[in-house]
Amino acid sequence: MTPFGRLAVPLLCIFGAVSSLHAAEVAGMIKHSVGEVSVERGGKKIIAVVGTPVQVDDRVRTGPKGTVGITLRDNTLLSAGPNSLLTIDQFAFDALSQAGAMSIGVQRGTLAASSGQIAKKIPEAVSFRTPTSVLGIRGTEFVVEVVGGGE
Amino acid sequence: MSNARISALLAALLLSACASERVVLLPSADGSTGAVVVRDAKGEYRLDKPYEGTVRRFGGNRPESVSAEAVSETFSAALAARPPRASSYILYFQPGGNQLTPDSQAELKRMLAVLASHPAPEVRVIGHTDSVGNARSNEALSMQRAEAVRDQLVKAGVAASSIEAVGRGERELLVPTADEVDEPRNRRVEINLR
Repeated sequence: MTPFGRLAVPLLCIFGAVSSLHAAEVAGMIKHSVGEVSVERGGKKIIAVVGTPVQVDDRVRTGPKGTVGITLRDNTLLSAGPNSLLTIDQFAFDALSQAGAMSIGVQRGTLAASSGQIAKKIPEAVSFRTPTSVLGIRGTEFVVEVVGGGE
Repeated sequence: MSNARISALLAALLLSACASERVVLLPSADGSTGAVVVRDAKGEYRLDKPYEGTVRRFGGNRPESVSAEAVSETFSAALAARPPRASSYILYFQPGGNQLTPDSQAELKRMLAVLASHPAPEVRVIGHTDSVGNARSNEALSMQRAEAVRDQLVKAGVAASSIEAVGRGERELLVPTADEVDEPRNRRVEINLR
């Protein structure tokens, strides 16, 4: 095996194991839900109450009076105000090693975020995206607003 | 309406009416401040002081710091919807079994009070041992400790389905020791709540 091959196998084992369940992987859970809050998943719309699991590829939408709070498995906190659309673009996390990667989309509305264990362990593996920009995070709290934005 | 409130509202209106995107760094709960790097096709800005921000105007990001009041107004709904922060607790055991020390019984009570006000708790209980005894029996002992704490949580009204109990044996000594060393600080259970 080439030197690269020797390195690739253990790396693939770690990330392969973590991402092999991508299609149905649980990223977190709804902890706060007021007003109209829904999760769009596989073409279906699910009313998102407290306790609803959130999966990779979910689109979380709030209505004109809706607000939502989500805790991800690495203790990242996400919360959104009314008329917002968040997308869970990527989330992989191994609780034992605290390694992982995540990417959250803020398509429209308001987001408050507090980063978790992945950002502590591997800051460059965490990103938040607006329609125009990518946010790199170094273990922190921040807010994002997108007026207009995507559907 | 007070003048301060009028200014905060005006600031918030200006924030939302003209900008299409905005990012603001906030102070962290533990007093530190992290950083956010905002990058688009044209370049990047690093925010590393509280209330530094970027705003998008005329097709590009520009730095723009904001007041705490303006942040509160624009983001009040999102901020109010934040879930409780995750927390961790360590409980210690009497030697050789699954009885908590008196101090840890008190700590468990404090944790239960936090749990009671949590909207949808997810609890992971991780049992550990010190290095006294063989590895295999310590795997079992650590799991018994985790399950004993889990049973106390269930007795106190926490849904069993929201608790995961695991044992890590002597694999994760908090205080590194040689084999067969009696170390009370390693005889513990870690409880993670989110």
